[in-house]
Amino acid sequence: MENVVSIFVRSIFVDNMIFAFFLGMCSYLAVSKNVKTSMGLGIAVVFVLGVTLPVNYLLENYVLKEGALVWISPSLKNLDLSYLAFILFIAVIAAITQLVEMVVEKFTPALYNSLGIFLPLIAVNCAIMGGSLFMQQRGFANIAEATSYALGSGVGWLLAIVGFAAVREKMAYSNVPAPLRGLGIGFITVALMSIAFMSFSGLKI
Amino acid sequence: MSKLMSAKTKEILLGPLAKNNPITVQVLGICSALAVTAKLEPALVMGISVTIIVAFSNVIISLLRNTIPNRIRIIVQLVVVAALVTIVSEFLKAFAYDVSVQLSVYIGLIITNCILMGRLEAFAMSNGPWESFIDGLGNGFGYAWILVVVAFFRELLGSGTLFGYQVVPQALYDAGYSNNGLMILPPMALILVACIIWVHRAKDKELQE
Repeated sequence: MENVVSIFVRSIFVDNMIFAFFLGMCSYLAVSKNVKTSMGLGIAVVFVLGVTLPVNYLLENYVLKEGALVWISPSLKNLDLSYLAFILFIAVIAAITQLVEMVVEKFTPALYNSLGIFLPLIAVNCAIMGGSLFMQQRGFANIAEATSYALGSGVGWLLAIVGFAAVREKMAYSNVPAPLRGLGIGFITVALMSIAFMSFSGLKI
Repeated sequence: MSKLMSAKTKEILLGPLAKNNPITVQVLGICSALAVTAKLEPALVMGISVTIIVAFSNVIISLLRNTIPNRIRIIVQLVVVAALVTIVSEFLKAFAYDVSVQLSVYIGLIITNCILMGRLEAFAMSNGPWESFIDGLGNGFGYAWILVVVAFFRELLGSGTLFGYQVVPQALYDAGYSNNGLMILPPMALILVACIIWVHRAKDKELQE
């Protein structure tokens, strides 16, 4: 249990998806024009990460890893399917995003109206795929740890995009040199936020 | 050959190098661009891998473009790209293991690299295979040179090496010079890309926002 909490906190502050690994940067820069929409996208990311990562965890541990298929028959002990990981992970992510979109549309139209446009975009958000690949690399001990990592990374991403959007809203009033306007100053802002987040790097819980 | 290299194809090939650069102008594929540039070698390998994958996935999607149903095109594109990425990843593991360890998850993340989806959607779905191939090469090179420039400065100033070879002489260290540790950390990649954008847009006023 302790481990689960520690993974959650670390993945928000220390291993932040944006500030430490730059995952999901494209939509991060494109959708952070105002706080409200970036909140919507952030929540969608938390949601999709929280669903896809545990599924991919099961897939990794019961299908793909070397010897993972012993539950079918002991003779499959030496089978290593991990080279299929990329294709299966992305297929799971694309399919689940589609599914989540349909479920949300059917049962909570209000949520769908605020998230709707972002859900299809999320299938190609590197943060989602990155979460699954990091999960594969780190080898979490059980599904609770993997889920807490997923939610933590999602919340970290949400925090990063909302903070950046808030800074960007204010930046509209400042006098930036013409060649840096827009993208250039955006990058520098993210860099400064990332340096600020580094102060968490010694964090231990 | 004259048909193969008409003015239009030349524009398709050279445009993405500067005026229509995938990173600094189209803002695609930033994720991996920033993360792998702490050293020159992985940056170069990453640039080459992306170029190969963009070029060939462009060709494949362009050949299939009239048979793919519109509703499921994203999934078809993802599967084609994922297959190519798997090939490149296995190839790197076999022939350049050290680099593939350094690149870690970022090779896998080429699948969700926005350059790929962007080019497939914007170009390969509506153009022939040869133009698409050229377009893929152009965008891959445009991506690669930014990576290499960023990695050059980060490795030179951050570790005093290039491709792992020491270039800053020992005498300089003795005289009190020291490596800038900040260069190795992630934020400097962002600042260097911002500087490239700054220089680029100061020269080309049309791009200013």
